[in-house]
Amino acid sequence: MRNSKRLAPLAALSVLALALAACGGGGGTSTAPGGGDAANNLTDRGPITYVQGKDNNNVWRPLIDKWNAAHANEQVTFKEQTTSADQQHDDLVQNFQAKNVNYDVASVDVIWTAEFAAKGWLQPLKDQMAIDTSKMLPATVKSATYQDTLYAAPQASDGGMLYYRKDLVPNPPKTWDEMMSMCSVAKANNIGCYAGQFAKYEGLTVNAAEAINSAGGTILGKDGKPSLGTPEAKAGLQNLVTAYKDGNIPKEAITFKEEDSRTAFESGQLLFLRNWPYIYSLLKTDGASAVKDTFAIAPLPGKDGPGASSLGGHNMAVSVYSKHKATALDFVKYVTSAEQQTFFATQATLAPVLTSLYDDPALIAKLPYLPVLKTSIENAVPRPVTPFYPAVTKAIQDNAYAAIKGDKSVDQALTDMGGAISSAAQ
Amino acid sequence: MSTDATELPVETAASPKQRRPLPRGESADRKATTQGRWAATLIVPAMVVLAVVIVYPVINAIIMSFQHDSGLDPATGFYVAGGFAGVANYVHWLAQQCNTSGGGTVGCAPGTLGSQFWSATGTTFFFAVVTVVLETVLGFWMAVIMARVFRGRSALRAAVLVPWAIPTAVTAKLWVFIFAFEGIANKIFGTSILWTGSNGPARFAIIIADVWKTTPFMALLILAGLQIIPAEVYEAAKVDGASAWQRFTQITLPLVKPALMVAVLFRALDALRMYDLPAIMTGGANGTTTLSVLVVNQIRQGFNSAAALSTITFIIIFIVAFIFVRFLGANAVASSTPSEKGKTK
Repeated sequence: MRNSKRLAPLAALSVLALALAACGGGGGTSTAPGGGDAANNLTDRGPITYVQGKDNNNVWRPLIDKWNAAHANEQVTFKEQTTSADQQHDDLVQNFQAKNVNYDVASVDVIWTAEFAAKGWLQPLKDQMAIDTSKMLPATVKSATYQDTLYAAPQASDGGMLYYRKDLVPNPPKTWDEMMSMCSVAKANNIGCYAGQFAKYEGLTVNAAEAINSAGGTILGKDGKPSLGTPEAKAGLQNLVTAYKDGNIPKEAITFKEEDSRTAFESGQLLFLRNWPYIYSLLKTDGASAVKDTFAIAPLPGKDGPGASSLGGHNMAVSVYSKHKATALDFVKYVTSAEQQTFFATQATLAPVLTSLYDDPALIAKLPYLPVLKTSIENAVPRPVTPFYPAVTKAIQDNAYAAIKGDKSVDQALTDMGGAISSAAQ
Repeated sequence: MSTDATELPVETAASPKQRRPLPRGESADRKATTQGRWAATLIVPAMVVLAVVIVYPVINAIIMSFQHDSGLDPATGFYVAGGFAGVANYVHWLAQQCNTSGGGTVGCAPGTLGSQFWSATGTTFFFAVVTVVLETVLGFWMAVIMARVFRGRSALRAAVLVPWAIPTAVTAKLWVFIFAFEGIANKIFGTSILWTGSNGPARFAIIIADVWKTTPFMALLILAGLQIIPAEVYEAAKVDGASAWQRFTQITLPLVKPALMVAVLFRALDALRMYDLPAIMTGGANGTTTLSVLVVNQIRQGFNSAAALSTITFIIIFIVAFIFVRFLGANAVASSTPSEKGKTK
């Protein structure tokens, strides 16, 4: 007892030391580029774990069951994260930082891919780990590519489309100017003309990037530095600003996220709406929908043709810390095969990444928007592929929001946006 | 030794004074020493837990705040550790200086988090002052009503507690629906205000939501203070011919002040770290970015800089608490209880 009393503070210290050791390095991340971990276990096979957000459409379990039935020694365990994208991101960061060998394959949002790749957490898909991307939509491959190396396999895609009222506008507009000229129709019917998602959140980055890219501008140049000082970029943002000022974009659109804008269109309050494909079936079947038979879809309008949609979707990445990378790669190939991509499309209405599926008549019969979506994704531009995405998207949101509200000029907004992006990358 | 260990706690709990003579050879001094050691042994686990969950994270955050965030090696495109930063992270926030490619610093461009520090500080204090004042006034009023004896008093007390019982995140979502453009607020008032889309209304909406949610908390703490005021004091005042207003200002206010100051202190500290309401209702748009919202945004961009910002936030809140305790007499830490203090006055 006497001894143990003396030991008590010692024990306390050692507990503390343990805790310190466990938490140590939580702050800084240092990575040996391309070294060690990325070269290990390339040919090893065995059980692996697949990590992704909540499986809302119940497609992953049947798919993994099917794989497991055929691969007795290479079983895949499904680890489901929450529905919140932020939590999924933070969960992946923590586990990669801890070099968790049980996070073999992970579903990575297109906007996180560059960040994770630059941290050195993703296995480069080259040489013996290479996959065939020739049949995939080029924009999706671009979203998974960092510094000319493919770090993930496109798994599901997404692109914006223009929903319009065919009872009021028989032919959809091909260009932005054409669409603006049709706003007189909206005025005559006393409804709003055009809306997207303009609340200050990720959706505004998507919409602002579409405006800038559609007008021929770019946000980041090839060197990763901002390239917003061009007349094209200015024209793109100016389109949104002018439309908001003229009332062609109704003033409440500045509070719209995806669902608010869907509700407005669904209740007949909008002539044109930019949104994702997921709302198509809702507009058709939702009890509250007043436009069930009167809406149609078209590619986003651009400068002289289809506009440049921002790209949504997820990529599948293999962790550099995985112990069974050969199995992981096989599983990635299995998920991106035509058979499974068709299964995703029919069961969960996830947009396939394989070009050929968009022309499959059986699939089109089920998902009538596929041909339009194909045009959208073919013309799509990924949101800036940069390891500093959180800072870049913040810079875009804050300044585009201020410009649309009229708090600052378009020139000033683009200058500030460029400045904020530059300082983020230091 | 083992007998000591089993007997001592029982003994001390049962009788603080000596009940039986001390065993031969054991002086009172020795006894006290043993007891002290025993107490220390019992306290150690609690201290260890505190050290692990409070002291360590705070110290680690402060250490982190003096490190640069990991940056990109331009040659490889991979992240490298940032290294020692001195006070650069603090300068970044307080002076709103951002790095340039040349290695120097320049005023942060709008759209960076660094450019928002002082505006976020202002917003935080604005929310704290306005909500705490409103909640104190309304809470006092509710407490006075609840303190009266009348039929259905318990029902009223339970009803008042409902907003406090709802999680803040749920509250925020409810108010988002109410303040949506097609929402109830605009329908009832026949207006078409962009509640979450313009500066004034966005702040107003958040204040309303916060007051709705936390006034019950104030009311309860003040009610507790009211209930320890003895009825005789009021009777004596009545006999002396004091009016209702005089009784309120001369008796109720001074006697409830200790409890009131503690309540105000708690609320002020809470309001200074407001996060959920602005994060969910506006995402920080339109002049509603508080310091906590800024910290969380920064975490996604770099831990070390976020550590510096949260240390600054910590110091700001600490100063406010210090002012409250030192100069305004909010007695939340000293040993005398509000009731004792109230009686002696």
